[in-house]
Amino acid sequence: MSIEHLILRVVIKIMFAPILLFALYVQFHGDYGPGGGFQAGVIFAVAFILHALIMGLEETKRVLPVGVLKVMMVVGFLFYAGTGVATMLLGGNLLGYDAIDPQSTHHAGQHWGILLVEFGVGMAVSSTMLMIFYQFAGREQEIRDEDW
Amino acid sequence: MTGAEIADLNLLIDLALLTMLVLVAYVMTKSRHLFAIVMLSGIYSLLSAAFFVSLDAVDVAFTEAAVGAGVSTVLMLGAMLLTVRREKPVRTGRSPLAILVVTLVGSALIYATLDMPPYGDPNSPANSYIGEAYVERTAKEIAVPNIVTAVLASYRGFDTLGETMVIFTAGLGVILLLGAGSARGGKLVSDVEEKESER
Repeated sequence: MSIEHLILRVVIKIMFAPILLFALYVQFHGDYGPGGGFQAGVIFAVAFILHALIMGLEETKRVLPVGVLKVMMVVGFLFYAGTGVATMLLGGNLLGYDAIDPQSTHHAGQHWGILLVEFGVGMAVSSTMLMIFYQFAGREQEIRDEDW
Repeated sequence: MTGAEIADLNLLIDLALLTMLVLVAYVMTKSRHLFAIVMLSGIYSLLSAAFFVSLDAVDVAFTEAAVGAGVSTVLMLGAMLLTVRREKPVRTGRSPLAILVVTLVGSALIYATLDMPPYGDPNSPANSYIGEAYVERTAKEIAVPNIVTAVLASYRGFDTLGETMVIFTAGLGVILLLGAGSARGGKLVSDVEEKESER
């Protein structure tokens, strides 16, 4: 039995984890360098898109089902909005992060707030990008090589 | 290298990148092969990302490379699969009215650039007023090194909340348009099943 695209399969297996790791680095390093939730979300989604392109969409859907993505889309957005509501409940303005840690002398509340909303952005962006890809790619059956 | 030499080199790189952008855009308008056009649009995004790096806008360059060259190219390929591979040939007649309108708008745009401040001018509106205020206040008020992140997530946090909402809505729209499947005889079927039943 021969396996199709053997080299590509091996490459994606090697690349998959480093891409996710890079996405996490970009996600949580946004305060210090270029990057943040939007970019990290896209890179996170790209790892799974690569997986789907090589292994086939059905295989990827077993790893990350559509139902999980739907929940992630909603939770990501609500995480952001919820941070805003939480700062209001703590006595500040909507998204006024200083309310998280008012005693801090080096604005720890701002750090926490930015980290939390960026996490929400990353979650919403990655799941939405993947969801759009699933919907577009899922309409056609397997792509034949001669189609290109 | 002296400062003047580095400035010359920067100018040369900028000009080379902009020339390549124009060339890629021209080839895209001339080509009728959709696969080639999608690939060229990816190259266009990558070149713009390189240009943004040259302008010291690394955050924008990062986004352009990830979203423009990465995800949108893949999404365009996915969309291309649902349609034909070649664009329909278009009539190539020249309309004098169209040329007149294009010339007028083009010269108006070029005339407008004469009023723009020179690149890197510290007194330009973009670099004074609010931009200057962000640079001065971020260290005191937010205390994060990346000013872009401070503006995006804290000063303009409400805007970013709206942007996240927009992305969420876009995903929701795609689910509603493409992902709901179809009903056949009172029973929900997926697109793949429906295609098979048509065959």
